[in-house]
Amino acid sequence: MIVTTHRTDRTDIVRGRGRRLLPLLALPLLTMLGGCNFVVLHPAGYVAEQQRNLVLAATGLMLLIIVPVIAFTLIFAWRYRATNEDAVYDPEWHHSTQLEVLIWTAPLMIIIALGALTWIGTHTLDPFRPLSKLDAKRDVPAGTQPLEIEAVAMDWKWLFLYPQYGIATVNEVAAPVDRPIRFKITATDVMNTFYVPTLAGMVYAMPGMQTQLHAVINREGAWEGRSAHYSGAGFSNMFFKFHGLTNDGFDQWVAKAKSSSGELSQEAYLKLEEPSEAEPARYYKSYMQGLYDRIIGMCPRPEQMCVGEMMKIDARGGASGAEAAANYDRLQYDNRMVDRGNEAPGATGPASGTGPHGQTQPQGMRPRPDMGNPDSRAKGESALPGQEKGRDVKGPDSKGQSEGGQIAPKQLNE
Amino acid sequence: MFANMDLQQLLFGRFTIEQIPYHEPILQATFAGVAVVGLAVLGVITYYRFWGPMWRDWITSIDHKKIGIMYCIFAAVMLLRGFADAILMRSQQAVAFGNEQGFLPPHHYDQIFTAHGMIMIFFVAMPFVTGLMNFAVPLQIGARDVAFPFLNNFSFWMTVAGGMLVMVSLFVGEFSRATWLAYPPLSEASMSPGVGVDYYIWALQIAGIGTLLSGINLVATIVKMRAPGMTMMKLPIFVWSSLCTNILIVAAFPILTAVLAMLSLDRYVGTHFFTNDLGGNAMLYFNLIWIWGHPEVYILILPAFGVFSEITSTFCGKRLFGYTSMVYALVVITILAYLVWLHHFFTMGSGADVNSFFGITTMIISIPTGAKIFNWMFTMYRGRIRFEVPMMWVVAFIVTFVIGGMTGVLLAVPPADFVLHNSLFLIAHFHNVIIGGVLFGMFAGVTFWFPKAFGFKLDEFWGKVALVFWVTGFYVAFMPLYVLGLMGVTRRMQHFDDPSLQIWFVIAAIGAALIACGIGSQIVMFVVSIRNRDKLRDLTGDPWGGRTLEWSTSSPPPDYNFAFTPVVHDSDAWWDMKNRGFARPMTGYKPIHMPKNTATGAILAALNFAFGIAMIWYVWWLAALSFLAIFVVAIAHTFNYKRDYYIPADTVSRTEGQRTRELEMA
Amino acid sequence: MMHADTAPPGAAAPVFYQTDEEGHHSEGSTMLGFWLYLMSDCLIFATLFATYGVLGRSYAAGPTPKELFDLPGIAVNTAMLLFSSITYGFAMLEMDRDRVKQTQIWLAVTGLFGAAFVALEIREFVHLFHEGAPPWRSAFLSSFYTLVSTHGLHVSMGILWLIVLMVQVGKHGLIVENKRRLMCLSMFWHFLDLIWIGVFTVVYLMGVLE
Repeated sequence: MIVTTHRTDRTDIVRGRGRRLLPLLALPLLTMLGGCNFVVLHPAGYVAEQQRNLVLAATGLMLLIIVPVIAFTLIFAWRYRATNEDAVYDPEWHHSTQLEVLIWTAPLMIIIALGALTWIGTHTLDPFRPLSKLDAKRDVPAGTQPLEIEAVAMDWKWLFLYPQYGIATVNEVAAPVDRPIRFKITATDVMNTFYVPTLAGMVYAMPGMQTQLHAVINREGAWEGRSAHYSGAGFSNMFFKFHGLTNDGFDQWVAKAKSSSGELSQEAYLKLEEPSEAEPARYYKSYMQGLYDRIIGMCPRPEQMCVGEMMKIDARGGASGAEAAANYDRLQYDNRMVDRGNEAPGATGPASGTGPHGQTQPQGMRPRPDMGNPDSRAKGESALPGQEKGRDVKGPDSKGQSEGGQIAPKQLNE
Repeated sequence: MFANMDLQQLLFGRFTIEQIPYHEPILQATFAGVAVVGLAVLGVITYYRFWGPMWRDWITSIDHKKIGIMYCIFAAVMLLRGFADAILMRSQQAVAFGNEQGFLPPHHYDQIFTAHGMIMIFFVAMPFVTGLMNFAVPLQIGARDVAFPFLNNFSFWMTVAGGMLVMVSLFVGEFSRATWLAYPPLSEASMSPGVGVDYYIWALQIAGIGTLLSGINLVATIVKMRAPGMTMMKLPIFVWSSLCTNILIVAAFPILTAVLAMLSLDRYVGTHFFTNDLGGNAMLYFNLIWIWGHPEVYILILPAFGVFSEITSTFCGKRLFGYTSMVYALVVITILAYLVWLHHFFTMGSGADVNSFFGITTMIISIPTGAKIFNWMFTMYRGRIRFEVPMMWVVAFIVTFVIGGMTGVLLAVPPADFVLHNSLFLIAHFHNVIIGGVLFGMFAGVTFWFPKAFGFKLDEFWGKVALVFWVTGFYVAFMPLYVLGLMGVTRRMQHFDDPSLQIWFVIAAIGAALIACGIGSQIVMFVVSIRNRDKLRDLTGDPWGGRTLEWSTSSPPPDYNFAFTPVVHDSDAWWDMKNRGFARPMTGYKPIHMPKNTATGAILAALNFAFGIAMIWYVWWLAALSFLAIFVVAIAHTFNYKRDYYIPADTVSRTEGQRTRELEMA
Repeated sequence: MMHADTAPPGAAAPVFYQTDEEGHHSEGSTMLGFWLYLMSDCLIFATLFATYGVLGRSYAAGPTPKELFDLPGIAVNTAMLLFSSITYGFAMLEMDRDRVKQTQIWLAVTGLFGAAFVALEIREFVHLFHEGAPPWRSAFLSSFYTLVSTHGLHVSMGILWLIVLMVQVGKHGLIVENKRRLMCLSMFWHFLDLIWIGVFTVVYLMGVLE
């Protein structure tokens, strides 16, 4: 249960000046346990901070009514217990217009306040809306070009494309502090959500569709991001590292990626697309022209027809005969994993010949270590999830990160 | 096994002996346990020569009371299954940190959370709710049975057939790993080619027919079969909540049927409703499934509200405060239930206007809900509260439920939902309302109506022990999940890397263990109560000082419920009768027209079960055969015109004479 | 201490039991129950219509309604179903006059019209398959086949039910139960007519005239 010791000033939140709203969580237990990090309540990005403020404000508003209800319930339960002969007993008292008005209007008032808060908050924090402020105090300087990042949820890893820099990364994403970021988000075959708790709320990543998320990171650090929407067997290991870097640090990071040897060609992409989990971070110095459009268009292979083209044909009035039949073949997308003999996420039995409950892993997935063999599970230098280290960012030189599309030496899969 | 693969496929479809997970130790143990308990039950039935009576008096019974009881027993059995899944998940998450993988690989773990969610909603909460409504509603409105007694029996067995399919998936093949709502594209054949999702689909389709028919049945019963004088504003509040629930069922379950049918066409025929390619649209599934799914939430909670209302007013010895506003609140909730579905996927990017509309409508639901809580509070005010076990559940409910309500409204604020959606905060929220609301309500209701159904009360000591374990267990198990949600920890994880989170999962696992003690205490409670039934016997038929008509008849009620149909003058009809010195008529009994038992419902459900199995495993000959057989049996049933009989007047007279003697003894 | 609805103290004790009732009072709930079933069925169709509304323009670079649908053929089809509704009405009129033979004849005529409708629909589907437009070709065709064939399945079930009722009327005559069943089937049959008008308008007319 959350207990806020500090009631919040609503107008402040609406205007986004929630600076005073430090997460004053008065749970002594939590401080005793230490080490726990309420990343949702103590985020490093301005968007997540405003969302946190809304959480606290809404909680505070509702506690106005929840606390009395709990208190009165317990008081009435105690006072009017059958053994208490002193209490008034009025078996026919069952109506009071004043009370009825009160019990309908009291929640109504709270909801009106909360509804207003919701309306404003939902519009200002719409993930599709470009940022107007960097934090509570600073506006976005005029002419600022947001950092464009195209995020692709794959089975079970994240691919990030930086169109402004021409680089691509897997399971690692970085952004300079205080520069607005525009994420364009999609997925290859199943739904996921893109979620970096410290940065901003989550948005679905959907195959064939694009969602957006505008956010900014206000502090240096390294945090965990992940898919929050279950997407199949490798889901638990579908996380990535989000780095907030200084401008210099970011430039170095980009340079590091540029100097790597990997190129995300068509072939490399199709290889990457195959299911795998707990992939180490990788960099590509360049990626294929129009890759993101082909991913969204569900046409990673040259012979496939992209959705955009399909929609154009539909708008023209469709196709018929041999042309339609040819289009049909070129539009096949979902079955490609099965066709290639790869195990689709969550498949068992018949397709792969593995037992339904067995421990044998389907083809294409990282071999699962035998249970109880800790060595085989060791994981590079990945920071702990959900934990903001606040330490100096090692940036591109971090150990355990890979060079040029190859798996880092410290990683498993030995 | 077969030299000829074609022949094997023809006979067994895609079933092969390898599909039986005999190499999995957890399932071996489970199977052994189920086999031992099953054999023990069969042995006991045989030993007490109970087969005949079981067939005649229960399986083929169209008596709404017996069907209600069977629903509750079925729900309790499935609760054990669903809870076993919960224990497995909690233990896995308590140990699977860092290098430790835990004992469940993702393939198994994912089935468990899917099964847990689906079983708890469809085969625990739903049958509990339906069972209580079936048992209590006709009694409360002074009717002798429901409007369509045969359909009632059929509905029950269809629900059981669906549940059996889920149980079979434990030992033959696998269950779905696509989460409890089977979101495509993950649930499509290309992503989940195994039998799992097919088990899920057919279990829900078959059980869904049962649910829909029972919904129609109860609406017709409440509208058409009320005792004379019982106007709509004199309906007991539980009947009102049942009416709203069943209207929701009739108006929501067809959508589930349609959307699952489309998913199965995608899987079986290769259509493109929800696929990625060729124009399919998975977002359509999200919308449709939640247009059913959100009303479903109220289908579960409204009857619980009704139970709490009845119990509060009974144990406070006081008329329910604000009956009229309670009714309006129910109706408003019923209507609003259809206007909030999108809050389950704010993060899909529908745009700020749409999101805030659905966010605000969701919040508006909390107004009537809040009014109801105030009404219970003011019913307690100036009451004389007897703290027997059902009333204790009410207090536990109010305190727990308002917390769940609060976090629910919090999740209805779209920007807040962006950070809390799919997190353990969300898990904590809906367990908070479903356990604290629905399940506590069902336990309260079972304790409350048990003496009516069996003629003796449940043991109070063990009832209280169970309550204490359940309530503390709930808090210990789910408060850590709220905390974890605020740490950004998401749901459905089979393994975690951050060891600092482990302590919270260990606490949650301890909570689950406490709940296990609660369930254990409930089992002890039933055993102790049955053994001490003579001591706990209630001869009056009115052990709690009841207010509604079910307490006016004997416990257990005779087959015909009421020798003479009561005439109602007040919403608390029985209270009114007691207050104004009613006289129970002792003579002038007439033969009573009653429906006859029939085996058709059970047979049809068994055929549907066979059909489901055949479809799941692609055994086309069996599918065709069972499909045909369903028609033959159903049509044959319509050729039976003699479906009723008269209970002779002297039988009624004898039964009522016995009741008179019991009342004198009491 | 008395509630407002109750009689004032001192008034004669009201009647609390109906001592002169006649049997079971569930008559009349069948119609309501069946009507509720139809409403739930209507929701299934509503869902399928909504699905068609969402997916009906997703041709997946394949055939379109304009190209596929043969409006005159569908008009004949529609006429079959409308005629069958009229003849069912005649059957009900005869039922009211308690004329078993005539009722059965009109039922048979209705069934034949229904069967003609189903046959024409199957013919249309076969034609579409030949045109390279099976249900798995595109989301539009998936939703089209599902909506139309769900209706067609309902009509087929209705025909089966009609045959069963003809036998039962023949066997037991126009007794109360059979009349009730004929009433239910009547509601069902007209309901399907109504749905078809929706299908005809939304799917065929709007598809072709676009």
